[in-house]
Amino acid sequence: MTDYVSMPLYEGSDWDFDLIQRIYDTIETIAVGEMGLNIYPNQIEVISSEQMLDAYSSTGMPLFYKHWSFGKQFVSNELLYRKGLRGLAYELVINSDPCINYIMQENSATMQTLVIAHAAFGHNHFFKNNYVFRQWTDAEGILDYMDFAKRYIANCEERYGQLAVESLLDAAHALMHQGVHRHPRIRARDLKAEAAREAERQAYRDSIYDDLWRTLPTATKAAPAQADARRQALHLPQENILYFLEKSAPRLEPWQREILRIVRLIAQYFYPQRQTKVMNEGAACYVHYRIMTALHERGLITEGSFLEFLQSHTNVLNQPTFDSGHYGGFNPYALGFGIMQDIARICDTPTEEDRQWFGDIAGRGQAMDVLKDIWANYRDESFLTQFLSPHLIRHWRLFKLEDRAGQPEVGVDAIHNERGYRRIRQALAREFDIGRQEPDIQIVDVDLAGDRTLMLEHRVANGILLDEEDATQVLQSLADLWGYGVCLEELDSETGSQLKQHRFQPQTVRQD
Amino acid sequence: MHIIDRRLNPGGKSLVNRQRFLRKAKAAVQQAVRESLKDRSIKELDREGEITIARGGISEPTLHRSHSGGNREHVLPGNKDYLEGDRIKRPKGGSGSGSQAGTGDGEDDFRFVLSREEFLDLFLDDLELPDLAKRKLTGAHTEGIRRAGYTTLGSPSNLSVPRTMQKAMSRRLALRRPSRTELERLETEIAEIEARQPQGSEDAALLEQLHEELARLRRRRALISYIDPVDMQFRRFEPVPKPIAQAVMFCLMDVSGSMSEHMKDLAKRFFALLHLFLTRSYRYVEVVFIHHTDRAAEVDEETFFYSTVSGGTLVSSALDKLLEVVAARYRVDDWNIYVAQASDGDNMSNDNPKTVALMRDAILPIAQYVAYLEVGREDAPSPGIAMQGESDLWSAYESVEHGHRHFVMRNVHHRREIYPVFRELFQRGGAAKKADNP
Repeated sequence: MTDYVSMPLYEGSDWDFDLIQRIYDTIETIAVGEMGLNIYPNQIEVISSEQMLDAYSSTGMPLFYKHWSFGKQFVSNELLYRKGLRGLAYELVINSDPCINYIMQENSATMQTLVIAHAAFGHNHFFKNNYVFRQWTDAEGILDYMDFAKRYIANCEERYGQLAVESLLDAAHALMHQGVHRHPRIRARDLKAEAAREAERQAYRDSIYDDLWRTLPTATKAAPAQADARRQALHLPQENILYFLEKSAPRLEPWQREILRIVRLIAQYFYPQRQTKVMNEGAACYVHYRIMTALHERGLITEGSFLEFLQSHTNVLNQPTFDSGHYGGFNPYALGFGIMQDIARICDTPTEEDRQWFGDIAGRGQAMDVLKDIWANYRDESFLTQFLSPHLIRHWRLFKLEDRAGQPEVGVDAIHNERGYRRIRQALAREFDIGRQEPDIQIVDVDLAGDRTLMLEHRVANGILLDEEDATQVLQSLADLWGYGVCLEELDSETGSQLKQHRFQPQTVRQD
Repeated sequence: MHIIDRRLNPGGKSLVNRQRFLRKAKAAVQQAVRESLKDRSIKELDREGEITIARGGISEPTLHRSHSGGNREHVLPGNKDYLEGDRIKRPKGGSGSGSQAGTGDGEDDFRFVLSREEFLDLFLDDLELPDLAKRKLTGAHTEGIRRAGYTTLGSPSNLSVPRTMQKAMSRRLALRRPSRTELERLETEIAEIEARQPQGSEDAALLEQLHEELARLRRRRALISYIDPVDMQFRRFEPVPKPIAQAVMFCLMDVSGSMSEHMKDLAKRFFALLHLFLTRSYRYVEVVFIHHTDRAAEVDEETFFYSTVSGGTLVSSALDKLLEVVAARYRVDDWNIYVAQASDGDNMSNDNPKTVALMRDAILPIAQYVAYLEVGREDAPSPGIAMQGESDLWSAYESVEHGHRHFVMRNVHHRREIYPVFRELFQRGGAAKKADNP
């Protein structure tokens, strides 16, 4: 790094728009020029704390349709904030192109520097490059889509009544987590590609042609069972319940389908964020830490403001131990940042153990390139499985508990030793795998010959059933949407035996 | 990179959502507001406040895995002395450990702050004074405006264009403002003459005359404007007096020695609610506070709620005082008269006949509605179950209640009963309408 001393960008805590611009430009030279981050263009918006509260309650989006649940969130945030129980986030960043960063006017100049480094470069780079985001979100179109959604729903409220829209949204929100495609769709090929593929196949068939095959007797193909044909026609099994309802529910009006679609697409938009909490925050923290350190080394920020940064940095990255009384699960910031730092260490100064565990990156140097590659190609679950090192397991003194049903005691299954590393790593990765944390529920069939009952299955893993009370409410609203009965069976994923069955009939349609 | 200052954008984006939430949770919130009333001091009744409601009505259910049962694993940080194979007693309260800590329990309470306005709206929702019948025109109070012709002065927004144009036209006609066609006619005439080849002998003189005429017309046209300020006509509005219902509420409270602190507190709470309701919901309601021992006195609000006088009991003294005040200040023909009386029911036994007579013969005929609230000891049974040991006044009043549909009696033993009873007495179509739909 160049070793030169220059004037600090600012002294004290005051800032103005001019200073923000200078801070941004300075950071940009470091982040893009030296670290080689690849970002969407930024748009930085200064807002007041009141507006931050507003933004909070609509999941951070600048535009959102109206629904009471956002009001509920608002009133509870407001109470916590007013009582001083909870501070507000210093920033909010939206995965859009251009990337919108909200920063609060109450922040000091140091905090503004920190949040610009964290959000406008860290998160922004992650949004633009990570494969889950690239696969599932359309950063360019999201704001336009939200605008459309807001207007469409407001329009429906005017036309069909607020209550009707509200109860539909309630039902759709309840199924939001079951409203995402977890696997990328097979995209329809264009004709040219289709022709090329067909030609390739023909060429292959020609090359292996042997007239002898013609003499083989052909077995009469068994006609597919009727049930299979029905399932195929309905594209079942289907795990995206909202999608299935939108396409196939018999009694929905067109506007209802459109609203289901809106909720589903928004759920899909947020799906990558839920899969990359640890990595996303880890990457952003790593980026801001590198940038702030670089600014400090070059004398671009004062010692005082560097200390202010360190204080806030350590607050955010605090990981209480399980018995400290403050423990509320793993702090994704701490976990992510810890692993990112550790990867950089492994690249630059590996130990013998690291060489054994991480042969491909240990001692390779160029930590930034390795990290960028990781940020682009992993999500939380695969990231933890791959990169949680023994060093960190010892550092955090992780241990794994096993809690078996019907036993009075909990067993310590693994601790931070040679025998435990892999088991701890796998278990932790599973905790961050939303595919495992969320119930595996699929629509398997529709009783078309009988009473049109919609049949669902929950493949129960580890004997953990659905939460009864919530399931009752959700399935009831599902039955109302479907218009006929709904039956959900909870099946043991290993033996296939039925553990529980829920049946619901639609409530009589209210004439609002 | 752009920096945008959004601080001046209108705030309150969440207001609609907040209102929708309150509407959704209305029943629960109302219940909570009532609950919170009993813990509030009299002074704080109408403040903004924090309320707590059960999550039940406002839950957002999702399909998720249960928090109990099944086989689970947890990874936790900060191991101190556990070794592989150790057994740990399950902590109390189920499997409360790491991964579930943030998700919370479905039955948690939900807390938030209601503003003063929201609080009062919920609190006073659906209350009214029954039978507010007598209406009267008073000069002082006016409501509403109506169209009242046209005026020459007014604000531009009230300008009446058709009227203004009409006036302007008649002025132009009266003053003979040369019209455009007249000018055009002259101009074409001039052009014709000038175009003549060769020019006749009289043409020059004629041309000069025409030019003069044209100049005169032009001058006149410039002098008499198309629209003049005197043409301006504005729509006029005038305030209209509307008959208003004037009402007076008499709050009669027994403060004699037999009333314990508890009873006084109940009575004061009742009147505090009543006062709040009247001052907020009705602009033209006067409240008269009368407290009595064996003597009655009209007092101000402060004294009524916070004084600590004590003495014997003579209920009729309060009724006498009431009639005295009515005679002095409130003409029966103009005022709707309401009476709310609170007492522990103790009275000098020889005073009861007089009290009943006053109530039946003097007060009920002139009053729209009379509510009698009897406050009892805290340990007494709840109302409606068993009325053992009816008080003197209660049994005396019972005879009155039978004959008069606008006389209502209730008794109260506990703070928590105050609000329901108050509501019952003043709810739209509530107790006050008892005789209409028996």
